[in-house]
Amino acid sequence: MKVVVDFDLCESNAICMQIAPDVFEVRDDDFLYVLNENPDEGDRARMEECVQRCPKQAITIED
Amino acid sequence: MARQSVHIVGASLAGLRAAETLRRSGFEGPVVLIGDEPHRPYDRPPLSKQFLAGDWERDRLALSPEDRFSALELEVRLGVQASGFDLQTRTLRTSAGDETVDGLLIATGARCRSLPGSEHMAGVHVLRSLDDAETLRAELAAGPRRVVVVGAGFIGAEVAATCRGRGIEVSMIEALSAPLARVLGEEMGAVSAEVHREQGVDLRCGVGVDGLDADSNGRVCAVRLSDGSTIDADVVVVGIGVVPNTEWLVGSGLELDDGVVCDSTLSAGPGVVAAGDVARWPNQRFGETMRVEHWDNAVEQGVYAARRLLADDDAELEPFSPVPWFWSDQYQIKIQMAGRIRADDQMEIVTGSVEERRFAALYGRAGRLVGVLGFNRPRHVMHYKTLIHDGASFDEALAASL
Ligand SMILES: Cc1cc2nc3c(=O)[nH]c(=O)nc-3n(C[C@H](O)[C@H](O)[C@H](O)COP(=O)(O)OP(=O)(O)OC[C@H]3O[C@@H](n4cnc5c(N)ncnc54)[C@H](O)[C@@H]3O)c2cc1C
Ligand code: SF4
Repeated sequence: MKVVVDFDLCESNAICMQIAPDVFEVRDDDFLYVLNENPDEGDRARMEECVQRCPKQAITIED
Repeated sequence: MARQSVHIVGASLAGLRAAETLRRSGFEGPVVLIGDEPHRPYDRPPLSKQFLAGDWERDRLALSPEDRFSALELEVRLGVQASGFDLQTRTLRTSAGDETVDGLLIATGARCRSLPGSEHMAGVHVLRSLDDAETLRAELAAGPRRVVVVGAGFIGAEVAATCRGRGIEVSMIEALSAPLARVLGEEMGAVSAEVHREQGVDLRCGVGVDGLDADSNGRVCAVRLSDGSTIDADVVVVGIGVVPNTEWLVGSGLELDDGVVCDSTLSAGPGVVAAGDVARWPNQRFGETMRVEHWDNAVEQGVYAARRLLADDDAELEPFSPVPWFWSDQYQIKIQMAGRIRADDQMEIVTGSVEERRFAALYGRAGRLVGVLGFNRPRHVMHYKTLIHDGASFDEALAASL
């Protein structure tokens, strides 16, 4: 599973980081960094929650 | 007894997120999604922002890409309106006929309040649905000389900002002493007023609208204010709040009071839950019964209510007690707010400054941190939201460094 963020849409509000801090991190420079672009298949439910909760619809999962 | 089937009424944000959660939780029974709009679930926030600006087309608004939406295997009934429900017999009445339901999830959201007497006047708009946005966008594209926005709440403010971005002259009328004064307090309300004026909005606060005048074709041409003045207008946008869509539930046996009344687990009755703008529930974290009209709340409640419906009616669940959070994009400013702010809360700026339009302000009450407001400080807002969640004192929050 591949997690992709559209950085043109992302506004660094860190909603995803609250759900999955090991995958998403908003750093001091106020930019979002994807720490793990290929989470394990077993992590799909949590990644889908990030997709659902992202207010800017910036996260997609590519299979 | 395990849930056999679920009917979701309201095919928008809360309803869709609920449907997704049912499937993700392994529920394989029929899920019926009923919505009175003809469109597949779409996202509303861009309607006052990118879509109204003309930067986005409707294909960018889908809340779920087509393939993922079909993969949910829902029985989707669009353009169908629910007109009644009977808790005793579990009969759901719709414009497409009656059916007996097992689990019911109510997600009928809210609609705009209208200005009495102006409902059918040409040139007067509200903004809630995609159809509203398309009509208003066409009016803006026709090059109006002046748009008058009634109500400087978040939607009104965003419409004003988008119109200015399109180079259109804007007047905005607000009954309070400053925009959002009731939500952000006087001081931050004044900052918001300053921002609008800097951007060229003719902002009039502390006045009401006495009435609208129409020309000989029946189209709006002026707005009359309570201070005796009149503003010429080609287009009027009314943003004076919303009312929850509960009329269809009158006589259902469910309790209604400015929303569908739920318990702390969003249950409204046996096998019935509510989610999103329509739901009123006691948020135990704040010791307050609330109905929240924010995007993130609709998502969280949709998820929670779906799980609630899959659990037994008497199952012990963690109550739904989030820290409300929302955003609003106006001009180049990304406003975010978390918690429950009241106008008389103590307020202190902790990062940045009002002048640079980039700051975070904390709100305290009775020694506790109860809210945070950020202008272009998304990361800080989220950090303090966590502190609110953890029950931090106001002093602890002030001392926390970021
Ligand atoms: C223009 C605009 C901009 C916004 N911007 C922001 C923002 O920047 N940030 C933020 O946090 N929030 C924002 N919001 C608020 C956010 O969009 C709402 O909180 C959210 O849409 C609520 O979702 P919901 O599913 O509860 O209700 P709704 O989205 O209102 O959906 C309810 C659906 O049910 C349908 N329905 C109603 N009655 C019936 C019936 N009897 N039978 C069948 N169907 C019915 C309605 O037609 C509608 O499709 C904005 C809203 C608007 C309108
Ligand atoms: S939730 Fe979305 S907008 Fe927010 S930081 Fe994550 S990707 Fe960006």
